[in-house]
Amino acid sequence: MRRWDVRDVALGLAAPLLAVAFSLVIASLVLIGAGDPVLSTYSLLLDYGQRPRSLALVLNAATTYYLSALAVAIGFRMNLFNIGVDGQYRLAAMTAAWVGGAVTLPTGLHQLVIVLVAVLVGGMWAGIAGLLKATRGVSEVISTIMLNAIATGLVAFFLRKVAVPVAGSNNIGTAPIAESGRVGGLPLVPDSALEVFGFLPVAVLAGIAYWLVLGRTRFGFELRATGRSESAAVASGVDVRRMVVTTMLLSGAVAGLVGMPQLLGASYSYSLDFPAGLGFTGIAIALLGRNSPIGIAFGALLWAYLDVSSVILDIEGISREIVTIMQGSIVLSVVIAYELVRRYRLRAEQSRVGRELAQAPRAEVAA
Amino acid sequence: MRQLANGRLRLAAAVAVVTLGLAACGSDDAGSGTDTAGSEEASDIKVGLAYDIGGRGDQSFNDSAAAGLDRAKEELGIEATEAEAGQGESDAAKEERLRVLADSGHDPIIGVGFAYSAALAKVAPEFPDVTFAIVDDANATGDNISNLVFAEEQGSFLVGAAAALKSKTDNVGFIGGVQVPLIEKFEVGFTEGAKQVKPDIEVQSVYLTQPPDFSGFGDPAKGRTAAQGMFDAGADVVYHAAGGSGSGLFEAAKAAGGLAIGVDSDQFETAAPDVQDVILTSMLKKVDVAVFDFLSSVSEGNVEAGPRVYDLEQGGVDYSTSGGMVDDIKGQLDELKQQVIDGEIEVTDPTA
Repeated sequence: MRRWDVRDVALGLAAPLLAVAFSLVIASLVLIGAGDPVLSTYSLLLDYGQRPRSLALVLNAATTYYLSALAVAIGFRMNLFNIGVDGQYRLAAMTAAWVGGAVTLPTGLHQLVIVLVAVLVGGMWAGIAGLLKATRGVSEVISTIMLNAIATGLVAFFLRKVAVPVAGSNNIGTAPIAESGRVGGLPLVPDSALEVFGFLPVAVLAGIAYWLVLGRTRFGFELRATGRSESAAVASGVDVRRMVVTTMLLSGAVAGLVGMPQLLGASYSYSLDFPAGLGFTGIAIALLGRNSPIGIAFGALLWAYLDVSSVILDIEGISREIVTIMQGSIVLSVVIAYELVRRYRLRAEQSRVGRELAQAPRAEVAA
Repeated sequence: MRQLANGRLRLAAAVAVVTLGLAACGSDDAGSGTDTAGSEEASDIKVGLAYDIGGRGDQSFNDSAAAGLDRAKEELGIEATEAEAGQGESDAAKEERLRVLADSGHDPIIGVGFAYSAALAKVAPEFPDVTFAIVDDANATGDNISNLVFAEEQGSFLVGAAAALKSKTDNVGFIGGVQVPLIEKFEVGFTEGAKQVKPDIEVQSVYLTQPPDFSGFGDPAKGRTAAQGMFDAGADVVYHAAGGSGSGLFEAAKAAGGLAIGVDSDQFETAAPDVQDVILTSMLKKVDVAVFDFLSSVSEGNVEAGPRVYDLEQGGVDYSTSGGMVDDIKGQLDELKQQVIDGEIEVTDPTA
C-alpha cells in the first residue's frame, strides 16, 4: 500500500486547490461583471494581506476560527452536526467575562478560572442538545439551532443585568477583566506593532489534542466508528447514547474556547460589539479542512486572510462582498471537489482490484 | 446505506446553512467607494467615512450619514472614501479600517455608529494630526475627536405626545429594532411624551430582536408582525425606531386602519405612496445635518473636539409636518417643544 501514499496526498490536496481555483474563476466573473479590474484586485488583496500588521491580524482571526472549526469537527467526526457552536461560544464568553470581571485572583489562576467557566458553560449548553438526542431522539440540528436563539436571548437578558454603565456610551458590556486575568500578546510578526493573541499556542495545543484523542485513543476510535456506522458500532459494544452526550459535551467545551482569544487578548469585556457568527464560520472551515487538524488550520488561515484583506477593498472602491462570494464559492465547490475525488479514488481502487484479480487466475494456470 | 445517505444529507444541510449564513452577510447592493464630486468649488479635503453594518443603502442611519456626505461633496467640493463594516467583525477590523483610511491621507475620518467607539479611541491618538468624528458616541474622547450625539429622547417625546393626542383608544405602541441602549432612548422619550399628554395612556412596547442579532433593523416582516399584534391589542398609533423594518409597520397600519410614526428621516417623503396616508409624523434625527456641519467646520478650519449635542434647541432632532396630519395639534406640540427647550420639562435620557 505504500506506493499509494504520494498519490493519496496529491489527491487530498487536489480537492481544496480545485475549489480555490474555481472560486477565483467565479470571483473574477463577478468582478468583470461589476466592471472592476480583476488582476489589480487580486494583487491588492495579496499586497495588503502581506503587510506585517495584516499578517498579525490574520493569525489572530485564524486562532479564533481554528477553535471554532475544531468544535464543529468533533461533532462532524461522529456524524453529529453541531450548528450550536455560535450560541455556545457567545453564552460561554459572556458568562466567563462576567465572572472574570467580578473576581480578582492572582495571575494564572485568574485566566484559568475564566477559561474553565467558558469551557463548562459551552459544554453544558451543547450537552443539552446531546441529552435531548440521547434520551428523546431529538435531532441535534434542530435543537442546536433553537439553543442558538435561546442563547441570544439569555445573553441579552443577563448582559443587561450585569452590564456596567459607561458614561456617554451607547454600548453596554460586562465589567472589564483586571490586568491579572488578561493574556498578553506575542510579538510573532516582525515589524508589526500589533501583537498576536497569546492564545494562539492554546489553539495549536487544542489541535494536537484533537488529533491525539480522535486518532490515538479508544474513545476516539469509538467516536469515529459511531460516525461511520452506528449499527456497526452498537454491534461492537459501543454505548452510542453515552457517546452522543460525551461528544456534544466535548464539542461544546471547545466551543467555549472560541471567544477566549478575543476576550482575554483584546476586548477584556463582553459587550454589544463582541464578534458574532464565529460558529458558522467554523462550520465552513471544518468542511473546507475536512475535519483534519492540519486541513482546518489551512482553512482557518485562508479564511482569515480573505477576511482581513477585505478591509482594503471598499477603501479602494471595490465591493468588499467579493470576498464573501469567494468564501461562499470555496465552500460549495470544495464539497463537490471532495465528492469527485472520492469517486475517482473509488474507481481507481476498483480497477486496481480488477487488474489484480484478472492477473491472479493466470498465475494459477501458469503454476 | 441509510447511514451513508444520512451523512450526505447532513453534509448538504451543512453547506446550505453556511451558504445561507454568508448570503445573509452580503446584502449591500449599493456601490461604495471613492468618487469625486463634480463641483466648481474644489477642495483638497479627503474624507474617510466608515459605516457600521449595512452601509450606504440601509434605509436607516447609515443612509442618513451618507446623505450628509453627499451634500458636503456637492456644496463643499470635498472628496470622500466610504468603507463599510462586515457582519460580526471584531474591533481589530474596525481599527484597521480607520488606520488604513488615515494612512492613505484621509482627514477627517468619521465613524458612523457607537460600534466604532473603542476602535476610534485607540486609533485617534496614533494620528494626532488627523481629525476624527464619531456619530452616536460620547465615550471615545480625545483632542482630535468630535462626538456627534443626539437627544433622541427629546424628539421621541414630541412624537409620543402627538401619538397620545391622536389616539382615540388611549393605547399607543412602540417598536424598537434591536434592544440596545440607543433605541431605549427612543422608547423612554416616546413613553414620557405620551404620558405627558394623557397620564393614563397605555403604551405597548416591543423589540424585534436582541443583540447580537441586528436583523431587527432590516426586517419588514418582523416589523409588520409586531405592529399587527399591537393594533390587534387595541393600539391605534404606533411609533417605530427600527430602521428598515419600519416599512412593515406602515403596511400593518394601513391594513388595520391605524396610524404610524416614522423615524430618522421624514418618512412621509420616502415611504411607498400607498402607505403615505398612515404616516402621522416622523421623529427626525438629523445625522445628515450633523455630518454636514462637521465637514463644513472642517473645511472652514474651526472644528472643535468633544461632544456636540444635537437636541431640540439645536434642531438636531425634531418632528416632521409633511402630509399635514399634525397640523391641528401643531400648536400643542410646539408648546411642549418650547417647554423641553426651556428645561421646564425634563425628558429622561436612560443612557446618561
